[in-house]
Amino acid sequence: MIGITAYGAYLPRARLQKQVIADANAWFDSGLRGLAKGEKAMCNWDEDTITMATEAFADAMGRAPGQTLAAVILASTSLPFADRQNSVVLAEAMNLDTTNLRTMDVTCSQRASTSALLSALDVAAAGRGDAVVVASEHRLTKCASREEMLYGDGAAAIAVGCDNLLAELVGSISQPVDFVDHYRAEGRDYDTGWEERWVRDEGYLKIVPRAVTALLERTGIAAADIAHFVMPTDQGTVPGTLVKQFGMPGTAVTDNLLQTVGSTGAAHPLVLLAHRLEQAKPGDLLLLVGFGQGCDALLFRATARIATWKPARGVSGALAAGVAETNYNKFQSFNNLLEKELGKRSELDKNAFLSAMYRNRALANSFIGGKCTSCQTVQIPKAHYCVNPECGAYDTQEPYPMSGQQGKVATWTADRLTFDFNPPAYFGLVVFDCGGRLMMDMTEVDPATFDTGATVSVHFRIKQIDSQRGFRKYFWKAVPVR
Amino acid sequence: MAKGIRDKVVILGAGCSKFGERWDAEPADLMAEAFEECLADAGIEKNQIQAAWQSTGIDAFSVGPGAMPLSIALRLPYIPVTRLENYCASGTEAFRAATYAVASGACDIALAMGFEKLKDTGYGGLPQRSRGVTNDMYYPNLSAPGMFAQLASGYRAKYKTDKLDLKRAMAHVSVKSHANGARNSKAHLQRAITEEQAMNAPMIAEPIGLFDCCGVSDGAACAIVTTPEIARSLGKRDLVSVKALQLCASNGEEGGFGNWDGSYVATTRIAAKRAYEEAGIKDPRREVSMTEVHDCFSITELVTMEDLFLSPDGGAVKDVLDGVFDADGAVPCQIDGGLKCFGHPIGASGLRMLYEMYLQLTGRAGPRQLANPKIGLTHNLGGFPHQNVVSVAIVGRYDA
Repeated sequence: MIGITAYGAYLPRARLQKQVIADANAWFDSGLRGLAKGEKAMCNWDEDTITMATEAFADAMGRAPGQTLAAVILASTSLPFADRQNSVVLAEAMNLDTTNLRTMDVTCSQRASTSALLSALDVAAAGRGDAVVVASEHRLTKCASREEMLYGDGAAAIAVGCDNLLAELVGSISQPVDFVDHYRAEGRDYDTGWEERWVRDEGYLKIVPRAVTALLERTGIAAADIAHFVMPTDQGTVPGTLVKQFGMPGTAVTDNLLQTVGSTGAAHPLVLLAHRLEQAKPGDLLLLVGFGQGCDALLFRATARIATWKPARGVSGALAAGVAETNYNKFQSFNNLLEKELGKRSELDKNAFLSAMYRNRALANSFIGGKCTSCQTVQIPKAHYCVNPECGAYDTQEPYPMSGQQGKVATWTADRLTFDFNPPAYFGLVVFDCGGRLMMDMTEVDPATFDTGATVSVHFRIKQIDSQRGFRKYFWKAVPVR
Repeated sequence: MAKGIRDKVVILGAGCSKFGERWDAEPADLMAEAFEECLADAGIEKNQIQAAWQSTGIDAFSVGPGAMPLSIALRLPYIPVTRLENYCASGTEAFRAATYAVASGACDIALAMGFEKLKDTGYGGLPQRSRGVTNDMYYPNLSAPGMFAQLASGYRAKYKTDKLDLKRAMAHVSVKSHANGARNSKAHLQRAITEEQAMNAPMIAEPIGLFDCCGVSDGAACAIVTTPEIARSLGKRDLVSVKALQLCASNGEEGGFGNWDGSYVATTRIAAKRAYEEAGIKDPRREVSMTEVHDCFSITELVTMEDLFLSPDGGAVKDVLDGVFDADGAVPCQIDGGLKCFGHPIGASGLRMLYEMYLQLTGRAGPRQLANPKIGLTHNLGGFPHQNVVSVAIVGRYDA
């Protein structure tokens, strides 16, 4: 038996109120008012597909260092790097055992995550070990577009394997069709779509039924027995129409979270699956669909374990952790949709020195410090001489991963002089519970309640963007534990 | 056993340019301005200088590396000239090098020149700059006020100081320095301010507001040093001698280990203890006549009063508000306006402080002259509260 062994998700904390998008743009396109319901998850300036992927992975798998997996696959159409394997960054940020780990980025379709999931299941089926698929999306949208109203940012992770299953794979099917409901050409930032009614009638309502019907026939499962029909779409009424057409129970319809998260693109199938797995009961059948130049369909049956295993926070927790954002300009600025005056301080050359980056990747990618084997003192960065003045021993430090550690804020400030995409810049001295202390950046701070003594955890975020060369540097930032 | 530097070297002359936004001046102009005053004061010829040290903090924004900016600007006669950089302690480092050279007997007369041309960036504040390839990978996204603001949060947490009380004491620090700066024609900022203005100024880095920050200035300051014997032979009386010169550099312990809580600067305490010992000072609050400390930000000055043992731990807020460090207080601080108002051309600052001490000790400080000062202390703090270089210099009357 193969199937799902863990799941998790991440949604950026900020939720842009759609009303403010409509308020700004309805003068131009009054049709936007009709879409101005609810909110959408919106990346902070220092979040992207990779950083969200680390959070979704941690939600499902924790941050214990040295986890052994057969494969880590990152699925997205908005990967920060076209040529630097993004999943390797993810693997190092999660401190995975890399002695024999297959990493892979799967992209170019909204179906990327379901196709990646099928490949991961093949890895497990071949007896190679457990695999994790992380789907993450941070798509750019044009100002005043329908996509701007409908798209949101988010990520989900699904782990698969042979043991301790939460849901077993019953069957799957893939049917490619060059149906272009939208596309984004090489070198373009934004999607170009086609009329929704055509997408619905010729796409969703024809391509999906062909695959689903074939899968049900192949597996001998009756549509009426499907408890969860997980189908991503930015057309809210389509899943209901299909459920009725198939003869599935009405309760099988999955909320597409269009008014709370927005469509997270290639991540959306797994975000919705993770959400539905939270609600599934033992024995429930879940039918997952991926749509995009054809259709993937995967059928799972929940095991008894589904009732007791839970992700750290899950989609529900992430939904509840949202904070309303009413500043549309902030959304445009973070996504670089405006030519904005960032000030002369922003003009500093932020070139990444790749050789130095490589030497220091244990610190930068994995937040690994050192622990002195002589006096047990934890320190970060790791150094030749122990920082403890009573010890000072030479070359006694073993690597000590600290990405899962919490700490307390000893000193801090909110800096309005230094350049930051989202001022003020918070930073200060974090004293870790395990020992070790580091002056570090902070993000997602609530000014009203933040002070010394606050408990923080550390998270992989964008540190600097080199707009001259298109590179971005990552490092770990402290985030208040809420 | 080393005996220290006490009374081995005297200041033969000192000079200082007008500090400020010197849109008119190249670094060479600033150096010449300070040097002409210094040379005339010393009463020697340029070719009597046998070695020179130049201090600049941020070379990339002024003159580039090396010591030629100084040797060419002053047309020094092919003598050894060296550039020194040690963050904000650079000026004092140049003075230390010149002093040690004379004390060692390697040369008779040496020059220390510090300068900085900061106002060619196109924006306020210090130049935004790299901290080094590797450091940039993990150092926080900091500005100078942001780093020194850490002291305020640490101090508040340790002594349970009310946020407003601390802010008021910080405001008093700045109000005092502005009052002093108003009596100094060379100062960058010469206007008095009110406590209300300081309290309500725009926030720069919580809780540091605009008036909690020192001026970012262009300027140059210098000193010529020699032995007491040579000074006497040149007809000098009322000699000002070096009593102590100490430097302390962090080793990463404050920020990386132990119990440092952000309420003090560990290196200042170590350098101060050594300097008092070198100078033979046992009760600094009684024996030190005046100080010029590194008031890059008001909170730095406040904390430094405790670190120099002029206030008891946790007592600086009260002492500041009681006026202990005002011009008419027990231990006047920044009588020339300090970094706050005289300005802070980084490489020049340590020498500017010594220039003021020298004027005060020789009774030439004009409208801000203190009554009969005997011992002056200068202090520089370069870097960040948790990781820095601190210099403490003590000068005084040679006969004191």
